[in-house]
Amino acid sequence: MGVSVLARQTPSAVPAAPEGLAAKRRRRPAGGAGPAIFDHRFLPYLLVLPELVVVGVFFVWPTVRTFVEAFERSNAFGLGTRFSGLSNFVDAVANGNYLQALEVTVVFAASTTVASMAIGLFLAVEVEHLRRGKAVYRTLFVWTYAVPGAIAGSLWLFLFQPDLGPGARLLTQLGVHWNFALHGAQALGLVVALTVWQQSAYNFLFFTAGLQTVPGHVYEAAAIDGAGALGTFWLITLPLLSPTTLLLSVMDVLYAFFSSFAVIDIVTQGGPAGATTTLVYQLYQDGFQNADTGLAGAETVVLIAIAAVFLFAQVRLLERRAHYR
Amino acid sequence: MRPHLGAQVARHAVLALFAVLFALPLYLAVVAATRSAPAFLNGVPVAPGGQLGHNLSQVFGRGITNSPAIGNLMVNSAVMALGVSLGKLVLSVPVAYAVVFFRFRGRLVAFWLVLATLMLPVEVRFFPTYQVTTQLGMLNSFSGLIVPLIASATAVFFFRQSFRSFPLELADAARLDGIGPLGFLWRVVLPLSKPGLAAVFVLEFIYGWNQYLWPLLVTSGTHTTVVMGIREMISAAQSFAVPQWNLVMTVALLGLLPPVLVVLIMQRWFVRGLTAGIS
Repeated sequence: MGVSVLARQTPSAVPAAPEGLAAKRRRRPAGGAGPAIFDHRFLPYLLVLPELVVVGVFFVWPTVRTFVEAFERSNAFGLGTRFSGLSNFVDAVANGNYLQALEVTVVFAASTTVASMAIGLFLAVEVEHLRRGKAVYRTLFVWTYAVPGAIAGSLWLFLFQPDLGPGARLLTQLGVHWNFALHGAQALGLVVALTVWQQSAYNFLFFTAGLQTVPGHVYEAAAIDGAGALGTFWLITLPLLSPTTLLLSVMDVLYAFFSSFAVIDIVTQGGPAGATTTLVYQLYQDGFQNADTGLAGAETVVLIAIAAVFLFAQVRLLERRAHYR
Repeated sequence: MRPHLGAQVARHAVLALFAVLFALPLYLAVVAATRSAPAFLNGVPVAPGGQLGHNLSQVFGRGITNSPAIGNLMVNSAVMALGVSLGKLVLSVPVAYAVVFFRFRGRLVAFWLVLATLMLPVEVRFFPTYQVTTQLGMLNSFSGLIVPLIASATAVFFFRQSFRSFPLELADAARLDGIGPLGFLWRVVLPLSKPGLAAVFVLEFIYGWNQYLWPLLVTSGTHTTVVMGIREMISAAQSFAVPQWNLVMTVALLGLLPPVLVVLIMQRWFVRGLTAGIS
């Protein structure tokens, strides 16, 4: 499972030990390097072996090979390869498509992250202030997160099918010349809107969880001091939620970078004219449609580097969050 | 109390509006799935029709021309989702157990190697992983669909955290009773970890069911899943003079129902678990 999946999950949901048992827990030495609880020569290796085999065959080996291929080039007849230095990377950058894909990815990631965080936060705060019906609204705002990306893409493709879909008809009646198969900005807007529709639910879930940790007496104190609703939000709720906000911003960007493939492949296939081609989609096209192994290897290396940076940020944020306790 | 009451009403109105907007794409899919294909040609019907049974029997029967019948795809999706979720449990529980309850050479290396796979989501490593899967002759098989996805850093991490909170006295007591390490895992650790196991199973089931890119690369025809197969259905449906969106939306509903139902059923647990994690 990867970062993008982590970003689609609830990674910090850690079940506690049964109550009463935890109370009389013996203290474990710091760093977790304490004495063995069980002594056994081979068993621990047998236990980790299956996972390590899968990791070795389907993660480590392919990745190592990619790093090699990224620096190689097939000869004219595809019969052998030779070391080619950075030329695959140079090719990728020199190809205008790749820079456009980078730009599309950044615009896509920034707009979906900002919009879905804003909507998720707004809904979470509003629901939290309700006196009754919280559970009902939570259900109504959370389900889109579980819809498979390709299925979400199909629903929206139908909605905005030019001349036929309900959404497209509405836009046409409003005077918009709607045809996302022709207009790049419309295509990008469509995949952004659809991603926000799904990601808002995810952000709502995390902000709701974050709000549970804000102690009620803080709000009472604010009310006594005469703070209005907006003041309370800006001066109290938002700062107290900042660990959640930071973590979500990393997760949302990761999701936009890597997991948007299904949506884009169903709705726009990266078009028109590359207007919705993200880095991952570009890699798919170069690797599978153009079968350029060296170029695809170089692009994979770039993606791994980006993922590593975000993973590092995520780990740091999780640590920082721990310090708030 | 008057102004408070007004604020509550306004809040409900705004939230209800958002709830409707969220539900609108799903509602219109239901409308389309319960109508015949020409119903959408001259405008948008606002209420569901009575064609759902007919549409269902068509997608389960002969499918849309040139695209696979849906029953087979649903079974494939279920096999893949179950294979991925159970596979992740079977692989990751022993790793977490070994890392927490044993001290062995290479223990930390193994743990960090597994964690490093977080850097390699399938969308990043799909190209080289596809090459390896091809060389192993695993294209168009359930093993090719499932095995490359079943290493799970998050599940290992999750169970490691969970096992670390186990009181050491339990292990001592087990040892005194002559229970070995595997007996302790099977008879003590696993039964006490049921909520965590269930939660990870659900999350990974959704992960497996929702996969799109990987099945697209490694399968065709017989091993297609619903989520991936909808792509072919869309192009087949659009090749008709009257696009068969009613059938596509019927399939879409079938494809989204399992993961959405699972999340709705588990939702209470989610918020509680998340709260415990964030606080």
